[in-house]
Amino acid sequence: MADSVWLIPAFPLAGFAVLIIDRRRRARRWSGWLASGAMAGAFAASVAVFADLLGRPAEDRRVTTSLFEWVPVGDLQVDAGFLADPLSVTMALFVTGVGLLIHLYSIGYMAGDERFQTYFAYLNLFAFSMLVLVLGDNLLVTFAGWEGVGACSYLLISFWFGDEANAVAGKKAFVTNRVGDWGFMVAIFVAFAATGSVAYLDLFEAAGDLPAVTATAVALLLFVAAAGKSAQFPLQLWLPDAMAGPTPVSALIHAATMVTAGVYLLVRVNPVLDAAADWAPGLIAWVGAATALLAALAAVAQNDIKKVLAYSTISQLGYMVLAAGTGAYVAAVFHMVTHAFFKALLFLGAGSVIHAMGGDQDMRGYGGLAKLMPVTASTFAVGWLAIAGVPPFSGFWSKDEILAYAFDRHPALWAVGFATAVITAFYMSRLVFMTFFGSSRWGSDRHPHESPPVMTAPLVVLAGAALVSGGLNLPFAGSLHFLGHWLEPSLFGHEAHLGLGAGAQWLLGLIAVAGAVAGIGAASAFYRNGRADPALVERPVLARAFGYDSAVARFAGGPGRRGFEGVAAFDSAVVDGAVDGAGRLVQAGGERLRRFQSGFVRSYAAIVGVGAVALLFWFLTRSSL
Amino acid sequence: MTGTLILAEASASLPVLTVLVVLPAAGAALLAVMPRTRPDLFKPAAVAVSAANGAVAVWMMADFATGADAARFQYVERYDWLASLGASWHLGVDGISLFLVVLTALMFPLTIAGIDAEHSPKPYYAWLLVLEAGCLGVFCALDLFAFFVFFEIVLVPMYFLISRWGHGRRNYAATKFFLFTMFGSALMLVAVIALALLHARASGSAVTFDLVEIATAQAVAPTTARWIFLAFALAFAVKVPLFPVHTWLPDAHTNAPTAGSVILAGVMLKLGAYGLVRFGLYLFPEASVHFAPLLLTLGAVGIVYGAVVAAMQRDLKRLVAYSSVAHLGFIVLGTFAINTEGISGGLLQMVNHGVSTGALFLLVGMIYERRHTYVIADLGGLQKSAPRLAAVFTVVMLSSVGLPGLNGFVGEFLVLLGAFVAHRWWAVVAAVGVVLAAVYLLWAYQRVFHGPASGANAEMADLGWREMLLMAPFLAAIVFMGVYPKPVIDRMEPAVDALIAHIDASVDRFDEPVAGDRP
Repeated sequence: MADSVWLIPAFPLAGFAVLIIDRRRRARRWSGWLASGAMAGAFAASVAVFADLLGRPAEDRRVTTSLFEWVPVGDLQVDAGFLADPLSVTMALFVTGVGLLIHLYSIGYMAGDERFQTYFAYLNLFAFSMLVLVLGDNLLVTFAGWEGVGACSYLLISFWFGDEANAVAGKKAFVTNRVGDWGFMVAIFVAFAATGSVAYLDLFEAAGDLPAVTATAVALLLFVAAAGKSAQFPLQLWLPDAMAGPTPVSALIHAATMVTAGVYLLVRVNPVLDAAADWAPGLIAWVGAATALLAALAAVAQNDIKKVLAYSTISQLGYMVLAAGTGAYVAAVFHMVTHAFFKALLFLGAGSVIHAMGGDQDMRGYGGLAKLMPVTASTFAVGWLAIAGVPPFSGFWSKDEILAYAFDRHPALWAVGFATAVITAFYMSRLVFMTFFGSSRWGSDRHPHESPPVMTAPLVVLAGAALVSGGLNLPFAGSLHFLGHWLEPSLFGHEAHLGLGAGAQWLLGLIAVAGAVAGIGAASAFYRNGRADPALVERPVLARAFGYDSAVARFAGGPGRRGFEGVAAFDSAVVDGAVDGAGRLVQAGGERLRRFQSGFVRSYAAIVGVGAVALLFWFLTRSSL
Repeated sequence: MTGTLILAEASASLPVLTVLVVLPAAGAALLAVMPRTRPDLFKPAAVAVSAANGAVAVWMMADFATGADAARFQYVERYDWLASLGASWHLGVDGISLFLVVLTALMFPLTIAGIDAEHSPKPYYAWLLVLEAGCLGVFCALDLFAFFVFFEIVLVPMYFLISRWGHGRRNYAATKFFLFTMFGSALMLVAVIALALLHARASGSAVTFDLVEIATAQAVAPTTARWIFLAFALAFAVKVPLFPVHTWLPDAHTNAPTAGSVILAGVMLKLGAYGLVRFGLYLFPEASVHFAPLLLTLGAVGIVYGAVVAAMQRDLKRLVAYSSVAHLGFIVLGTFAINTEGISGGLLQMVNHGVSTGALFLLVGMIYERRHTYVIADLGGLQKSAPRLAAVFTVVMLSSVGLPGLNGFVGEFLVLLGAFVAHRWWAVVAAVGVVLAAVYLLWAYQRVFHGPASGANAEMADLGWREMLLMAPFLAAIVFMGVYPKPVIDRMEPAVDALIAHIDASVDRFDEPVAGDRP
């Protein structure tokens, strides 16, 4: 079955093809179920490949298959090839699994939209691209998926294109991602120039012998790519705007799957990171930690429920990047999986609330929704406790593992990560209290209600996953490191060794729990009991996310635009002006020759002709032959 | 005849290439003598002739020998022609020119069938057919004199197409186009004559214009060859067009009728790019290597510069025109990387740019037909009223942006990879063009198709079935070339490898380092 790994992306591709070709009215009604069916097929295929790999000895869990030669030119021989190994199959499992749930949820959420079928076509195309990204056996196929998900993200963010703001957000996402893609492309060039191949397995084999400067260059360029896709500083600014898309899209693309592609890429190329100079992974870890902290701070002061979750996603991705930078690849993947569950859950829950509130996303108009939306509220609570780091919910375990490795690397990294965790517990509790608890703050024209089963069923499943997925990699005994053992063949022994003893780990865990409780307690003081004034924490500087986005926008709209305009003016005034000037000069000369010939075209011709003869004469006489 | 020994034997007894060149010309002559009383027949006749030519080209592509044979000239024909001058009717195609011939022979029937003449159909279709004959002649000619004649012929119909059927400042644009390229042509004429005479003097043989013979002998002294190369290169640079001699292009494009723009972008811009390969690299290998850094620089500058200027255009058609400056910069960059990846990428990009930008101009023309404006600010929200048009535009735009899985990516990637291997910093800078392409195209798309629609924009008609039918082959080519370019690469690469071997051999003779060895 591992040889047929291409089946996994083939399902959503087929779904996309059918949805885009069959535009009959009858087809429209079934399009959501068809797209979901395609995802179910992909999920089943992923499970089958997973089972196949599981049945093999660990060293054989790496199967490459090639469908056809894609770009065979000169020394560059790139196949449309797939690599089924523990890492890629883990990704495929949660992409198709969470993807299936979000497809189902969308049937309810998007019901009545006039472009219902197009929406599902895009969603299937996204799933296809994402699966190509994770299953590709070389950098170029991954890049193809990478750009494909970017394009689908663009199409879906600007899905409701009638509103200019949505269109601008889509464009901003694509262009910002393209900056990262520049890094990806140049990384491919460097890797190819150094090793003569772009296939992962060739690259990994050669990585150990690469000069450190080359490995460092590839690692950092791929990190530029990862920063774009996974919204890390300084390229994070597109993700909050991306919330303009339909909420299930935010859940699938901008929380659970696409944005983790950058982290996936860093984990995928772990042999290159290992071969790079030490400061390179260190830089990656620090960028991740800083992004995590700053985004969490920004989340504290947002009033749009989706904006809170967007900054939260940036922050959580920062944790994963921090993990990858410290060589804690298993922890990075672990958190990626648990985060996919609880963040998809939180987004879909938020979507359920937005749905109930008639499209209003401002939490200041929410309150007391728990009574009216029991399923949404209780499942949301699971996601809340998971992300807040309360044991035994999944987020606690994966975040704790990242923090342990961070501490091992440098206590300061841990301190930043810990502070982020406290703030995370705070802003998520703030969101929950403002939305579900207290008294209602909405007008009498609103009639909030629980969402239909097609929307709540995925919430329940995701809540279950967010509750128990911590069991994938429990810290208590080596035998409980299921994910760690499973991923071993993909990590080539580059996983960092955790030097902490059991006592230190227990202590860090207890501190983390205390932090989470403190965060929740503080939020309770501000937003439940009214003992403290929220204005104390909701600082304008945080609401503006430190003004970074607006500064970039000011630059792009100001000096950046003036620069572009300057070049355009140079083109018409100087480059073209010179041509027109020469033309006028000849024309003036032509006026004087009017006795002999009329019309300036002919006078040009005459001058060109005379010049040509002179030049020919010069060529022939100056030649030494 | 002395030069024939290094040629492949003419593989077919049928004079395929002569048919390809002469058939459209004959069609034009036929149109000229058709009775004025039957204007309804002009277009069908032109469609029939160009479609027949397209069929011949497709047959040739299928019949084209692959493998090692693809490196050689096939369907070679050689007849005496102006023998007293030393010129001959010498035609042939190899993997380098094959797809340009096919592109040309398919682009014309689609353009002719898809777009009606706004007025005076008889001369309009006749000029288009003359144009087709000239373009095919350029891609098939293996004789410098014949090449020059075809290169010149092309100017005339395009001049008339712009000046008679164009819009806006059509006379200014047509004259500018004509004078710009004629300036280049005059230089090239000088270069052609000088080269033939100097070659004859150096090799002691009779005067000949035979491309293969002159290229193989490499008899002219390197310093002289460099000067002659520069004359050729300047002529081609104008035609490409390469920064800073590109300013005729936006004017020509903006004011040309849609068919003129489509052919200009789809086919004619490749005349210069092809010339740089065939009459630059092949004819002057040593000079090409010598001047490669200059041309690489101009290519890289053109990529960034064209994109920046494109972003600031207020006119949609002008924007697409400037995007061509950027795209052609990629082609020049790949060509003068002088390695298999770069040159193959450049050749692929020639075909891809023809398909994608040709399609873009068709779509822009369709918008103009409905809204009678190219001004971006006057448009908006068109996706609401014309979802099919928007969908097709999106695919073509993403192809032009270089999205993997669509055609534009493969060529662009190979160009950058080849350039990186040869001269890394040029590629690093040029890759910025990939970001900028997203800026100008997506921004334009947003302003034209997204946002609220009002007035005439809200009422605009969507694509009809005939227009969808016209766009279908473009979309098919965009997807096919992006997913499975191998059939094209297989036919191209042997010729590229042979060209590189030829360059290496010639450069070794002059004991100069190859481009790739320089830092």
